Amino acid sequence: MNRIFAYIVQRAGMIDDTAAELAQAARKIDASQTPIAVVTGSGTALDMACDSLRSFFGEVWKISHEALAYPNAELVRQALVRLLPEKSIVLISHDHFGIDLAPGLSIKLDCPFLSDLVSIDQVSENSIKFVRQEFGGQVSAHYVCDLTSGAVINVRPGAFRAAPDSALSGIIVDKSDGLGSLAAKRRYVETIVAETGDVDITKHAVLVSVGRGIQEKDNVTIAEDLAEALGAAVSCSRPVVDAKWMGKSRQVGSSGKTVKPKVYLACGISGAFQHLAGIKGKPFLIAINKNAKAPIFQVADIGIVDDLLEFLPELTSKVRELRGAVAK
Amino acid sequence: MEILVCVRRVPDTSENEIELDSQGKDIARDELVYSINEPDNYAVEEALQIRDRVGGTVTVATVGGEDDEEVLRRELAMGANRAVLLSDESFAESDGRGIATILKNFVQKEKFDLILTGVQADDGAAQVGGMLAAMLDLPFASLVNSIEVCGQKLKVSREIEGGNKEVNEIDLPCVLSIQTGINEPRYVGMRGIRQVASVPIATLGASELATNSNSVGRNAAKVVRIDYFIPAQGKGAEILRGSREENADKVAELIAARGGLR
Repeated sequence: MNRIFAYIVQRAGMIDDTAAELAQAARKIDASQTPIAVVTGSGTALDMACDSLRSFFGEVWKISHEALAYPNAELVRQALVRLLPEKSIVLISHDHFGIDLAPGLSIKLDCPFLSDLVSIDQVSENSIKFVRQEFGGQVSAHYVCDLTSGAVINVRPGAFRAAPDSALSGIIVDKSDGLGSLAAKRRYVETIVAETGDVDITKHAVLVSVGRGIQEKDNVTIAEDLAEALGAAVSCSRPVVDAKWMGKSRQVGSSGKTVKPKVYLACGISGAFQHLAGIKGKPFLIAINKNAKAPIFQVADIGIVDDLLEFLPELTSKVRELRGAVAK
Repeated sequence: MEILVCVRRVPDTSENEIELDSQGKDIARDELVYSINEPDNYAVEEALQIRDRVGGTVTVATVGGEDDEEVLRRELAMGANRAVLLSDESFAESDGRGIATILKNFVQKEKFDLILTGVQADDGAAQVGGMLAAMLDLPFASLVNSIEVCGQKLKVSREIEGGNKEVNEIDLPCVLSIQTGINEPRYVGMRGIRQVASVPIATLGASELATNSNSVGRNAAKVVRIDYFIPAQGKGAEILRGSREENADKVAELIAARGGLR
C-alpha cells in the first residue's frame, strides 16, 4: 500500500475534530502504516497546530511559508504537489476547503479522486471499495478504485470517530526547505462574518425547523404560529433560504448555524447530512414528513408521516389547549 | 465576457423518491422526473446577469445524449445565447475526470473568459469544476455565492462554515463552481421553451473534440460505481400511527414532557 498522508487545515493554530477522524480513516485503509499529517502555515500558529497533531499522528510534516498563513487552496496545492512523494494517498476533510483543494490536486498528482467517502467497505491489495451517499442520503452507493497510482480521498466530516491516542507522541519534521516560491491567481481578501439576524436560533431550547416541504413563503406563518404557541423560534434548512422564503440567519446546517436545542421539530426536512451537521447536543428530534422514506426518519426519535401543512396547525391548537390546561 | 456554463440533467429529488429497482443494484429509473441540476441553473442565471451587466455571450454545454437536449433548451429559453451538446458513444460511463476531460477539450477549441459549473449534482461528487480548472491551469474557486466583475479580475465570495463568507480576488480567465442561493433564477415557462424549439443545438463528438478512450469513457474511468444500496438502518424513529389529531396530541405532550413549553 502506498504511503498515506492526511492534509490538516489549521486556522490560527487550531485544528478541529477532523484531524483525528482522518487519522482513523487512514488506519482503516492500512492499519500497518503510521499515517503522516501534513500541515501548512507560518509562525506560532503553525507550531501550535503541529504540536496538537502529535497526539494523533506518528509523524507531522510542517510546511512553513508566509504565503500559507491563510489556507488558500491554490497555494496549498502547489506546496503538496512539490513535497509529497509520488503516488501518495492523501486524505482531506470533505468541507468547503476540501472541495476547493482536492479535485484539482488529484489532477496535478495524476491520481484518482474519491469524493465524500462515508465508510470503507473493504481494502484489498491496492484496491478500495468505499461508500458514498447520493441523492441527499436517500440511497448509498459502493464505488471501487485502484490505489496503485495514489489517490486524493475526501472524507466526510463526522464519518470516522476516534479519540486521541494518548500514547502517541509524533515527531515533527520540517519540510519547508523544498518548497520554493509560491504564487496564486486567486488571493484571499477577507472573511465576512454572518449576521445574527433578528432571532438568534442558537439560543433557543425549542426549534420549529422548516424545509422544502413548506412549499411556499406564505406557509411559513404556519410554522411561526406553532413556534409562538411553543415559545420557540423558527429555523430552516438550506432550500428555504435559497428560495428566499427565510433569511440566512435562520439556516441550520454546515453552511448555516450550529444549534443545540432540547427539542427540534424537523418539518418537511429530508435530512441531508449538511443539515444534520448543524444539529448538536442530541436534541429530542421529531420529524414530520410526507415521504415515509425520508432519511430524517433514520435519525429522528419520533416520526409522523403526514402533510405538515395539515399537521402543524393541528399541533398548534393542541399546544394551545395544553397551555390553557396548565394555566388553569 | 465570453461565459461557458457546464450543466447536467439529473433526477429531480424534489419530484422523486429515489428507490432501488427490483434487481436491487440500481435506482429505479423508469418513472424518474429529470430536470436541470439545481446549482447549474443558478450558474446559468448568474452568467446571464453578468452578461447583461458587462456584455458578451453565454454558452451552455452538457455531456450526454439526446435526452439531455431538454435541459439545454430550457437554458436557452432562460436566455443563453448558444447551447452545445457534447455527445459520443465513447463518452458513456466516464467518471468525473473523464467528464472534465471532455469539457477541457471543448474549452480548448473556444475562447472563454469565465467558466461556471454548479457546485455539485445530487448524484455527483463536487469535482468536475475543480478538475477542469486544474487541467486548464486556470484559477478556481468553489461554493461561490457572489460575483463582482472588476476589470480583468473578479471579486468572489465563497460559502464557508457558519454562514460566513470568504472573499477572494481571482484573475480571469477562471473557473467557478456556483452554490445555490447566489441569485433568484428566472422562471421558464412552456411558452419560453417553445420559442427556442427550433434553435439549433450543435453536437460535438469524439472526433471533433479529439478525445480518446484512454482519457474518457468506461475504460478510462478510475472511480467506478458498483451498485446502489439502502444502508442498514439503525433504530430509526418511532413512527406515530394514530390519527392526525391523536398524533398531534401525543407530540404536544412529548414536547411538554421535555420542557418544551415555556
